[in-house]
Amino acid sequence: MFRKILIANRGEIACRVMRTTRRLGISTVAVFSDADKSALHVEMADEAVHIGGAAAAESYLDGKRIIAAALTTGAEAIHPGYGFLSENPDFVEAVEKAGLTFIGPSASAIRAMGLKDAAKALMEKADVPVVPGYHGEAQELVVLAGKANEIGFPVLIKARAGGGGKGMRLVEDPKDFGEALSAAKREGKASFGDDRVLVEKFVASPRHIEIQVFGDGFGNAVYLFERDCSLQRRHQKVIEEAPAPGMTEEMRQAMGEAAVKAAKAIGYSGAGTVEFIVDGTDGLRPDRFYFMEMNTRLQVEHPVTEMITGLDLVEWQLRVAAGEPLPLQQDDLTIDGWAFEARIYAEDAQKGFLPATGTLSHLLFPEDIARVDSGVRAGDTITPFYDPMIAKLIVHGPDRDTALNRMETALMRTEAVGTTTNTAFLAALCRQADFAAGNVDTGLIERELDDLNTVDPVPDGVIAVAALACLGPGSDAGAPDPFDALGLWSHWTSPKRVVHLISGEDEHELAVARLAGDTWRISAYHGDSGFETQTIELISNRDGSLRVASGEVVSTVRCIRDADRLTLISNGTAYGFRLPDALVGDVETAEGGDRLVAPMPGVVKMVKVAAGDRVETNAPLIVMEAMKMELTLSAPRDGIVAEITVAEGEQVSDGALLLALEPQGD
Amino acid sequence: MAVLSSQIAPSSQSFKDNADHMRGLIDRIGDVAASVELGGPEHARERHLSRGKLLPRERVRRLLDNNSPFLEIGQFAAHDMYGGDIASAGVITGIGRVSGRDVMIVCNDATVKGGTYYPMTVKKHLRAQEIARQNNLPCIYLVDSGGANLPNQDEVFPDREHFGRIFFNQANMSAKGLSQIAVVMGSCTAGGAYVPAMSDETIIVRDQGTIFLAGPPLVKAATGEVVSAEDLGGGDVHTRLSGVADHLANDDAHALALARRAVANLNDRSVLHADLQAPEEPLYDPEEIIGAIPTDLRTPYDIREVIARIVDGSRFDEFKARYGNTLVCGFAHVHGMPVGIIANNGVLFSESSVKGAHFVELCSQRKVPLVFLQNITGFMVGQKYEAGGIAKDGAKLVTAVATTAVPKITFIIGGSFGAGNYGMCGRAYSPRFLWTWPNSRVSVMGGEQAAGVLATVKREGIERKGGGWSEGEEADFKRPILEQFEAQGHPLYASARLWDDGIVDPRKTRDVLALSLAVALKTPVADTRFGLFRM
Repeated sequence: MFRKILIANRGEIACRVMRTTRRLGISTVAVFSDADKSALHVEMADEAVHIGGAAAAESYLDGKRIIAAALTTGAEAIHPGYGFLSENPDFVEAVEKAGLTFIGPSASAIRAMGLKDAAKALMEKADVPVVPGYHGEAQELVVLAGKANEIGFPVLIKARAGGGGKGMRLVEDPKDFGEALSAAKREGKASFGDDRVLVEKFVASPRHIEIQVFGDGFGNAVYLFERDCSLQRRHQKVIEEAPAPGMTEEMRQAMGEAAVKAAKAIGYSGAGTVEFIVDGTDGLRPDRFYFMEMNTRLQVEHPVTEMITGLDLVEWQLRVAAGEPLPLQQDDLTIDGWAFEARIYAEDAQKGFLPATGTLSHLLFPEDIARVDSGVRAGDTITPFYDPMIAKLIVHGPDRDTALNRMETALMRTEAVGTTTNTAFLAALCRQADFAAGNVDTGLIERELDDLNTVDPVPDGVIAVAALACLGPGSDAGAPDPFDALGLWSHWTSPKRVVHLISGEDEHELAVARLAGDTWRISAYHGDSGFETQTIELISNRDGSLRVASGEVVSTVRCIRDADRLTLISNGTAYGFRLPDALVGDVETAEGGDRLVAPMPGVVKMVKVAAGDRVETNAPLIVMEAMKMELTLSAPRDGIVAEITVAEGEQVSDGALLLALEPQGD
Repeated sequence: MAVLSSQIAPSSQSFKDNADHMRGLIDRIGDVAASVELGGPEHARERHLSRGKLLPRERVRRLLDNNSPFLEIGQFAAHDMYGGDIASAGVITGIGRVSGRDVMIVCNDATVKGGTYYPMTVKKHLRAQEIARQNNLPCIYLVDSGGANLPNQDEVFPDREHFGRIFFNQANMSAKGLSQIAVVMGSCTAGGAYVPAMSDETIIVRDQGTIFLAGPPLVKAATGEVVSAEDLGGGDVHTRLSGVADHLANDDAHALALARRAVANLNDRSVLHADLQAPEEPLYDPEEIIGAIPTDLRTPYDIREVIARIVDGSRFDEFKARYGNTLVCGFAHVHGMPVGIIANNGVLFSESSVKGAHFVELCSQRKVPLVFLQNITGFMVGQKYEAGGIAKDGAKLVTAVATTAVPKITFIIGGSFGAGNYGMCGRAYSPRFLWTWPNSRVSVMGGEQAAGVLATVKREGIERKGGGWSEGEEADFKRPILEQFEAQGHPLYASARLWDDGIVDPRKTRDVLALSLAVALKTPVADTRFGLFRM
């Protein structure tokens, strides 16, 4: 076994790998960019080496500097994690050339699976079922469009070197093929340096079921059963589970054996995942699964497999890379219970899942009921440079219902403040009837999106507690100065304050009065607001939690104040409020108006119009790239472009003016 | 420390009777407070609001920190004076936290006769400034006033303690380093124009605040010039052209936020100068205090029952407990702050007076603030006591109280008659704060005694001339005197005239004392140099 390894990654996966190395007594070297100087993975590691700028290309994608770091620190092997250099065969070769071990498959195995069309051809030869499609060399629009017609719409266009949904476009209508093709090519070029694409049949009611495989250097390969990753949004996995609902032993064996066949066909060593698309129209049938691709790395969702098998896949990776045979044979492997994983992201589900940034002023996970794989802690900042994942919550239970209940509870008890997160969306997903019944397919989320994103109006009782929290009552009760300790106090009549709160679109002006001792009355400052007067008894205010009684019901509400933002976590739901600063005047807003502003920080990729152009509503005007996703900004109305204030390639910040239309009426 | 042991049973009939009686007195004051809180008449308030202005008490609330107490001063000023509707004398004054700093707030109420200055308004404004000066508090003036009340000009303008003193105080407090901040939220005419002009930093509200020496009508009368109030002295003029104001605010809320910002920039944080202990609630519930006070002022009771319901842990280290026991002296803590308490427990004798003077010396040497619980009919009278030199022993106590440099806080919790008022630090002895209870009575002597003295003189005169005076005639003679003393001795009569800083609900005595001490102790206690004690 190795004595010291370097982890060529960051965030949760770097931390995850270190948990295993620590247990096995292996020292670790972390690498970090300018943006990650004080990141958790750097703190956890025994040693850490700075490898360059914040942009991934200048650091985590710079193989030379990473290898140099390994050599300098005396690491014997490099664990690539996922993403970044994990599936880059050139890097694998460079690592080996430097006399180090790459913890993963061989360069040739990665190459064999790296180009999707070649991989499929190879699999067809190895007798693994594949989806009909065109995987040829021709890349001209006419050829590809013709092939698409032959296969029959809907079709998928995919970057040949792609993965993770990047460079992928679904085309339902032939007339959209051209636009989708250029977008897929652009993203492919940007993400993988290769703009070649393939076209294939789009399977209706598809399920995404993947098989975890493991191979060693002795020609052995086993499968560690399946994971169902059908809950996806734009090809990004959202919640994964193992085993797959409705899976039969017959189907599992068929898929497992096909996956092992795939692995053996390329002499695979280490952890790999064979992804299948499964036509779930008539339940799971052994003749209706097709090879999609093989991911030649450890997957983000590997923990669900660990939970049902009781194994540590990182340990397996290390053992295999160190030259040991697989620790267990196929017959030794069994499934115990059910596991789910949910990915908590800094993103705004209400606004089309736009990635969010921000500093996590407060972060608390329910570690008593969930395994939490995270790479951040309270005080850390989610930057626009990397994947905005905050954590993975993984739960296990004896059966699916128990595990799913646990997941919902775990999500409700997750407290992340300082950025927008998708926990409410994930919790709603756990409650979704089809998912709860195990009827999943990859279109479920898109179909149910409106319901999943339904936000109940904030209850008056919660608004009342928010207003009370603004006054900070009782928090200074033991302070030496009575001007602190007495809190809101006046002599002959009830002391009160007016609190101004904004919750979403709603503004509340509330009068908060202290009736006697610990009893408070919160009412509308203006009579006609519809807010129902609330009477609350304050039991305590300690460590940012207000314990309050409303009638006979006692509850604890966590209140986190961060500058002008107040977050309340009540009964598993987070409520965000803004406290307007009386010193800040209203900023001119651009909604539906003449100005196009950046909805998030990013780079201007394309400017599709010029000053003076006449544009129609919804015409694409500017394409931004942010978080490696393309975002097309369209005309808010018909009009003439007055001015473009940015240039292609320019980095812009959130809210920056990009383009202005001429004022209406001329 | 020694823990006081209460002899009172809250379940007893006398406790209930006492509590009911006191509750009635408290409710009466509470009703007056509620009506005073409204400010001016409804039509005036509506007109004020219709201009987009906040009511004065709302201005004070928005100026204060969210979690801050407000120790109001002179809430009942001008009660039942000038025809009876000059709520709080048309100006709200008090101490509270603004941006973490204790400040004195002086806020005109334009809904009360346009915020004009009656004699009591001037007296209250000056009292607020006096408290600020004594306790090193920055002052914030929320100005919305038509200036001197013209019908009363002779009682507000010319004298030393009249209108001009406001600006004299501003200049001298600024010289002392106490920031003077003005927020002009309405009129600021004539003399009133000097409040913002004399301030260190001034904020004015656009389209609301005006500052000028003479308003448009006077300008027209004097020079024939026709000009609008806004063009003559509005926010734009004063922040852009004249420089009389420093910051232009969009509206009241914005102006108050700017004032909070100004205080945040004072570079001056308040700290308590005392050997503090961890605060502790009294062992006996302060709510019980109302059951401890007999319904009749003449009924004696043990003052320790009151002390036990005010001080931390009901702990009281008594000094000279066996000597001069009609005056109770001792050390305690209130909300963690050390205090020396001097409390009446009967008539003052020579021994009690000398003991009191000794205790004042102790506290002065140790720089412990003094708290006086005043319930005093006076010094003992009679041949024996005059011969024993009670006048010189009383003078020792008065000298000590008058010249000590430690902060003094006085509560009149019962009678306050004659020279007892002096020895127990009445208004003339400049306590930092003087508060009264709803059952208190202040006068040169009790009404009974006064009527008796006058009746004796009268009877002697009649009888010298050989006339006769029936008992009924004497009763008729005494009745108006009794009524006059009763009316003028009432705490509302006293508080209306600012003989005190306010009437306190006895159950809140501990809170008010704690806040008063916290104000006083933010300034280091000076060394004392006593006057000569007649031996």
